[in-house]
Amino acid sequence: MTQARRNSISGYLFIAPQFVGFLVFVLGPIVAVFVFSLQSRSLLTGESTFIGLQNFRRMFFEDGLFLVTMRNTLVFAGGLVPANMALALGLALALSRGRRGVGFFRTVYFAPVVTSAVAWAIVWRFLLEADRGLVNQYLSVFSITGPNWLREPGWAMLSVIVNRVLKNLGMNMVIFLAAVINVPGEYYEAATLEGANAVQRFRHVTFPHIMPTTMMVLVITLVGSFKVFDTIMLMTQGGPGHATTVLVYYIYFQGFRVFRTGYASALSVVLFVVVFALTLAQWSARKRLSHYET
Amino acid sequence: MVSPKGSGSPSVTPGRLRVFLRALVSSRVRGRLVWYLVLAVIAIPFFLPFWWMVTSSFKTATEVFADPSFFPSAWRWGNFIDAFRYQPFARHYFNSVYIAVIVTVATVLISSLSGYAYARLRFAGRSLLFVLILSSLMMPSEVTIIPNFFLMSFLGLTNTHWPLILLAVLGAHGALSTFIMRQHFLMIPGELEDAARIDGLGNFGIFLRIAMPIAGAAISAVTILTFLHSWNLFLEPLVFLNELRLFTLPLSLNNFRDAYGVPLWHLQLAATTMSVVPILVVYIMAQQKISSALAFSGLKG
Repeated sequence: MTQARRNSISGYLFIAPQFVGFLVFVLGPIVAVFVFSLQSRSLLTGESTFIGLQNFRRMFFEDGLFLVTMRNTLVFAGGLVPANMALALGLALALSRGRRGVGFFRTVYFAPVVTSAVAWAIVWRFLLEADRGLVNQYLSVFSITGPNWLREPGWAMLSVIVNRVLKNLGMNMVIFLAAVINVPGEYYEAATLEGANAVQRFRHVTFPHIMPTTMMVLVITLVGSFKVFDTIMLMTQGGPGHATTVLVYYIYFQGFRVFRTGYASALSVVLFVVVFALTLAQWSARKRLSHYET
Repeated sequence: MVSPKGSGSPSVTPGRLRVFLRALVSSRVRGRLVWYLVLAVIAIPFFLPFWWMVTSSFKTATEVFADPSFFPSAWRWGNFIDAFRYQPFARHYFNSVYIAVIVTVATVLISSLSGYAYARLRFAGRSLLFVLILSSLMMPSEVTIIPNFFLMSFLGLTNTHWPLILLAVLGAHGALSTFIMRQHFLMIPGELEDAARIDGLGNFGIFLRIAMPIAGAAISAVTILTFLHSWNLFLEPLVFLNELRLFTLPLSLNNFRDAYGVPLWHLQLAATTMSVVPILVVYIMAQQKISSALAFSGLKG
């Protein structure tokens, strides 16, 4: 047996466990979710009838809640992504100066990342209680009457966004930090010699170098914001009213609370399309930016 | 010696004071002070919840809210015992631990094998298959939760721990792990493999004896990411498990409620503390390694 042949047999054997599993639990189900989206299907009995595009028609023209859900999802992502990235990058820049105490601050900012979203949401639910929660007790020291954070529409959305930013910020921070530290020092020296100030150094040295990382962080954070579920489930259950009902919460609600799995599959198709589009966008951006990569 | 009232320390003259103040507000010192102050203020919403969680888990149910002080009036260790009495919390803890361990070990094994093949072995269709993996790297498992529910009930695996293991190891997270391993194995110099081959090692031997021992950084990244992924799963247990004894920690924490659905604050906080603190301790002990491993995986991804 030739080496090439041996390599090819080993190759298939090596990838087999992961690839077969991938076909069964990822690719197959993705195909299935498209098929299910054309059906009316009961979770309990599994009985299904083909109904064409009716689920999608209902989604866009009949189910007002779907449009509310999409708006909420966009508001959530639109609030979370810029806040998360700006803070993560700002903290990474601040921590990239090798000052005393850097390790301490990094540990503190990163701690929520290794904490489960459920635990983090449970604790914050207590802190945000209307009259007795810590946040409002402290606001009252400054004679501010805090809102009922999780029971008033606008404040509830803000609360889940902030909760989620605090939870995941540390991850993006360490990714940015690694990228910032990787920028070769001689570029900064050259820029300083030419009289560039801190802002100019960031714009012309740091930023171009961390551009590929920034794109990647942007896409990962966006996708992460589209699939938020546990925080919503634990803190607001999509409420008050439907003020924090986002896409995945709505999929869960339709599929596992009212058992309309055909309709829930159509909603899943929407999530698939959004994430797939983002994946493709990242690939093309990566190709265009690849000359910066070292 | 007590200096007379009002005179102050004799060494502080207006001139010296001025010099001192000027030094204090010199831009360098000021910059440093601002740096510490801003970082400390930002740290509050990160640090405070942990502190409040731990101290409140020693309080009584009414004290949790009646008294927002940062120390309990008495250290009631009883809450930690009552949490175990209220529901099979020990069982839930064990479930989470053993599932996370199985998922982590299986993921490391399976993803390093396939990652190695995609990086180092030539076989027909390799790039096509890899693009398939790559394209679903970011696909949330939420997209496929409904077909997977039907699949698992068809296989008779609902209300068992199998879905939490199979979907974590072989789902999109397994694809991410494969990708991380592949990126690492790409960097192995080819001469190492050639030398091993001359020594008579086969492909599996090279993988096990040559490639794996130098893949520490990638393996620890996959280990940490996978353990946390499994430990924190919420939607899957919620959907697949309905028997109390099968619950994992995230479900269990949400289940400290009385018959009317009102949370039993003190028990819930004690249980949450018990689920969070061990992970935090491990993190603090290995934090340098953990955050650099995660940054490594992020840069590769």
